Amino acid sequence: MRVLKILLEKEFRQVFRNPAILRIIFMMPAIQLLIMPLAADYEVKNVKLCVVDFDRSAYSRELVNKITATSYFQLVDYTDSYNKALTYVENDQADLVLQIPAKFERQLIKEDKATLFMALNAINGVKANLGSAYLRTIIGDFNREVRTEWLQLPRFNSQPVIEVTPINWFNPYMNYRIFMVPGILVILVTMVGAFLSALNIVKEKEVGTIEQINVTPIKKYQFILGKLIPFWVLGLIILTIGLAISYLVYGIAPLGNIFTIYFFAGVYLLAVLGLGLLVSTVSATQQQAMLLSFFMMMIFILLGGLYTSIDSMPAWAQAFTKVNPVAYFIDVMRMVVLKGSTLWDIRFHLLTVFGFAIVLNSLAVWSYRKRS
Amino acid sequence: MNAIAVQNLTKQFGSFTAVDNISFDVKRGEIFGFLGANGAGKTTAMRMLCGLSFPTRGEATVAGFDLFREAEKIKKSIGYMSQKFSLYEDLTIKENIRFYGGIYGLTDGQIKSKTDFMLQHLGLSEQANTLVKSLPLGWRQKLSFSVAMVHEPQIVFLDEPTGGVDPVTRREFWTMIYEAAHAGTTVFVTTHYMDEAEYCDRVSIMVDGRIDALGTPTELKEQFSASDMAGVFLKLARRAKRGDD
Repeated sequence: MRVLKILLEKEFRQVFRNPAILRIIFMMPAIQLLIMPLAADYEVKNVKLCVVDFDRSAYSRELVNKITATSYFQLVDYTDSYNKALTYVENDQADLVLQIPAKFERQLIKEDKATLFMALNAINGVKANLGSAYLRTIIGDFNREVRTEWLQLPRFNSQPVIEVTPINWFNPYMNYRIFMVPGILVILVTMVGAFLSALNIVKEKEVGTIEQINVTPIKKYQFILGKLIPFWVLGLIILTIGLAISYLVYGIAPLGNIFTIYFFAGVYLLAVLGLGLLVSTVSATQQQAMLLSFFMMMIFILLGGLYTSIDSMPAWAQAFTKVNPVAYFIDVMRMVVLKGSTLWDIRFHLLTVFGFAIVLNSLAVWSYRKRS
Repeated sequence: MNAIAVQNLTKQFGSFTAVDNISFDVKRGEIFGFLGANGAGKTTAMRMLCGLSFPTRGEATVAGFDLFREAEKIKKSIGYMSQKFSLYEDLTIKENIRFYGGIYGLTDGQIKSKTDFMLQHLGLSEQANTLVKSLPLGWRQKLSFSVAMVHEPQIVFLDEPTGGVDPVTRREFWTMIYEAAHAGTTVFVTTHYMDEAEYCDRVSIMVDGRIDALGTPTELKEQFSASDMAGVFLKLARRAKRGDD
């Protein structure tokens, strides 16, 4: 115990004397939480639309007015040449081309049906998809309006229509920030934990102080614990700063018990730090440790369910997320923050991550060699 | 009993034999000089004796403990000062002493009296709270030596402790070595300075991983009919086939 106390004293002194670490601890949560949710979201605005109108009728103009009245579309040109519209797309000046065929109005009135043509610039797939979906909704609306206009008197049986009324649970307004912020908190805790711990032991190797440690009768587990605990504390401090920012700036207060989050984060940090320390013991230089952990973190985060839904990943990727601690924490964070889940609800997550912690830390202790 | 007893100790890295079947004894309280050209295998041999590197073959006891089975017990009884500077530069002098003292299991009281004694002895009382990185090299080396001795080990291993140090500080350093030996500590030291070799009780000279000469400085000078240790060293080192690496 005394050896551990001496080790911790030393580690904390070094951390608080290192301006780079202190800066990371305070700047990273602030920057990531303030900038990312505000700037990088999935809402697509300003879809550049080019309308090719061969009809030039009252109805076609009404439709175009309806479309441009929303804030989603920006009318690039209103033309009667499809080739011209295609040039806009080729020059990246338009994302969507809506073509209204000649006799659109006449067909609509006489034959009760008309066809519109839509061309998408799919270079930016997300934008193209969402843009076309918006456009389809607006056209659908337009369609209904036209029908009601005609069907003021029930001259014949109206077509039965199935109306779907959705309700969004846990995030009623589908606010993107409420969905994103808990996930970003996880990334923060993960990055800081993994990188700081990965660099630590390897730094002692580079400087040469590890030799001096290895020649003392210190136990391996004492050394690893001495490295683990300080970063564990730092990770929880960062989590606290992050939770404070998300409450103060976004008004997101966890629906569940905040101690559930801390409890899970505590276990989760053990796993992440264990991985960092493992990287540190197998690397010879800080560069190597940095690249190795960067590589792993990149994969963990991209396949962690923050940006894309795990359920829509292919089977092999879904299998991978089963051994990805980041995925568990993101899931738990959203469950507790948005749904108010309790420790009992997240018990399987908790046990699995605890398992990771045991395995990774045992590996770290095992692969740290006092003798080569 | 001898402080160190080595029998046919060998270390191979792949097909390269860094230390080739060496045998020697070091007596208690002796200053044992471990000489050799760069790349002769001195540091490798020393790292094996400190329990930092596994021997490939051979037998050895250090402070009465078996090198293979009782390495962790050996570590309690030895001090080691490596070629690389091994104090924490972002800690103060006092904090470094406290850290290493604490790891060796010294109590707070022991650490305090040790710190006071060492600082006074080194004339560093004024600088007790300065960061180690702002100390000049000579002082750092003397401090490292004191820190390696903080737990009063039976044997202390010094790997080129005076490399790059000015002549005055070298003298002072050797005064510290003598004091340690007088107090009963066995000193195992490698050096490239031949005047320092003359200060040792006995000297061994390694060539290409083997020990080619072993004895008191007087004996060696006689054996190789040289006027000083530099002459002895040159005669032996010229046999070396390995490059300087």
